[in-house]
Amino acid sequence: MIFTVMKGRAHKFGDGISTDHIVPGKYAHLRSNLPELAKHVMEDADPTFLSRVRPGDFLVAGKNFGLGSSREHAAVVIKMVGISAILAKSVARIFFRNAINQGLPVLICDTDMINDGDEIEVDLAAGTITNLTSGIKLTFGKIPEVMLNIMKEGGLIPYINKYGDFKL
Amino acid sequence: MGKTLSEKILSQKSGTDARAGDMVIAAVDWVFVQDTTGTLTIRQFRESKKTGLASPERTVIFVDHAVPSPNRQFSNDHHFLRQFARETGCLFFEPGSGICHQLVAEKLASPGEVIVGADSHTVTAGGLGAFATGMGSSDVAVVFALGKTWFRVPESFKISLTGRFQKFVSSKDLILHLIGTIGADGATYKALEFVGDAVSHMAISQRLTVANMAVEAGAKVGVFPSDHVTKEFLRKQGRGRNYVALHPDDDATYEQTIAIDISKLEPMVAMPHSVDNVAPVQTLAGAKIDQVFIGTCTNGRLEDIAIAAKILEGKKCHPNVRLIVAPASRKVLLDAIKAGYVEILVNAGAILVPPGCAACLGVHQGALGDNEVCLSTANRNFKGRMGNPEALIYLASPATAAASAITGEITDPRGLVK
Repeated sequence: MIFTVMKGRAHKFGDGISTDHIVPGKYAHLRSNLPELAKHVMEDADPTFLSRVRPGDFLVAGKNFGLGSSREHAAVVIKMVGISAILAKSVARIFFRNAINQGLPVLICDTDMINDGDEIEVDLAAGTITNLTSGIKLTFGKIPEVMLNIMKEGGLIPYINKYGDFKL
Repeated sequence: MGKTLSEKILSQKSGTDARAGDMVIAAVDWVFVQDTTGTLTIRQFRESKKTGLASPERTVIFVDHAVPSPNRQFSNDHHFLRQFARETGCLFFEPGSGICHQLVAEKLASPGEVIVGADSHTVTAGGLGAFATGMGSSDVAVVFALGKTWFRVPESFKISLTGRFQKFVSSKDLILHLIGTIGADGATYKALEFVGDAVSHMAISQRLTVANMAVEAGAKVGVFPSDHVTKEFLRKQGRGRNYVALHPDDDATYEQTIAIDISKLEPMVAMPHSVDNVAPVQTLAGAKIDQVFIGTCTNGRLEDIAIAAKILEGKKCHPNVRLIVAPASRKVLLDAIKAGYVEILVNAGAILVPPGCAACLGVHQGALGDNEVCLSTANRNFKGRMGNPEALIYLASPATAAASAITGEITDPRGLVK
């Protein structure tokens, strides 16, 4: 992944969005058919999300995004529908690793400063988030170096294929 | 300076002097997947340039989440997993064996081990003194290939337990109380370490219940020291030689200490739609329910079925309530048959379903209808968890679940049973 500047609209969600909201367990039989599974992304949080999302958009959430199950499918389908990064006040531990392992940036910031539909610009290299609608600039929390390196390679499997092992 | 349990285990497994905040690469003793995460893990493993499993005899596939398969997609997934096991020689547990976490506790885990599973409730084995945690498919695929993974050594919360449980109060009420206190993200990235003189009076089944739900507070692990109870459990499972004494140092550093006198606890309930939305059962008494589910990796063990049978003996489920019982493993089912619990429960009107995850994740065997209310002994009540975002899920202990099945409403077991 090249750390270019990303621009897109915000899709805002609240606190405590679990992996059951993101990919409901009732679709567990579709987990070997990711394009089909992706049609249900965020369905139990907002059934209109899929029809509104456009490639490059941002998923913006409150506290503890992605809590619950270890299903990496949650990160996979969010990326598949074109979300370029997740912005949240905090994120659950397993989901955080899963998203980075899929090359999907997760940025911890004050998402109260972002409203649904706002135009957002993220500069990963500079470490800044700009709300183009309101003009407010935000910073995001530091990502551990090992995760940054995984993200730079586009995910854990490409990282391991390049380096053959973990480099701490 | 002394070490916490997590620091001790990760020091041992990384060959470093591991301290909270350090990044370490640790050897993994057991790595596993189940049928809803295994297929993606194997696909990721095959995308890597690594050709074989690092350790087939310590790599495990469990088929437990949808058993017997409810549809062709799951049947095909199960077949895919079975084929991979045949090709690689890894361990494979067929449908009917039981829930992965119960089988890890019965057959595999030992104190001081590092266990990684593609399932968030992998933390369960912390009840036996293992550093056990859930990860996603990419991380687990790399453990398949390398036999190791990276960890940030977690800071620990010392949960100091004193006293004895009152009658009909159990470790489920303890962990619900704790999660209600610190919140669903109260221990994110941290380790919960359970110590104190109450621990030595807690059976392994009770410890597994507590460790199982550490993840519901966001924790990386929930870990108990090992003691004579652990040793006896392992001996009975034929793994006595795997016992290792494991205790935190007296001068270990904790991020915070939470003291709980468990004799003061009462039966607790987590209300929809989050696990930290906790209240004493008495404040909810009288709320109508449509289904009671006793089982899962949290509360599907023999002791859980025993307390349900004790409460339901000679009684009938309320006519408006379906009671579903799912033993956590084949061994639990056989032991429950031998002890007469199955006959008591079925006579009371229970629907017995096979060992496995059953209704917990909403794929089958008890998915909820619109506006239906379920009282469950599971660990999660997220919106949509049991197959329907229009349904409501309350979480409670097996005793509260059994008492409520009789009355058709949320009921304090202490009031119902003398």
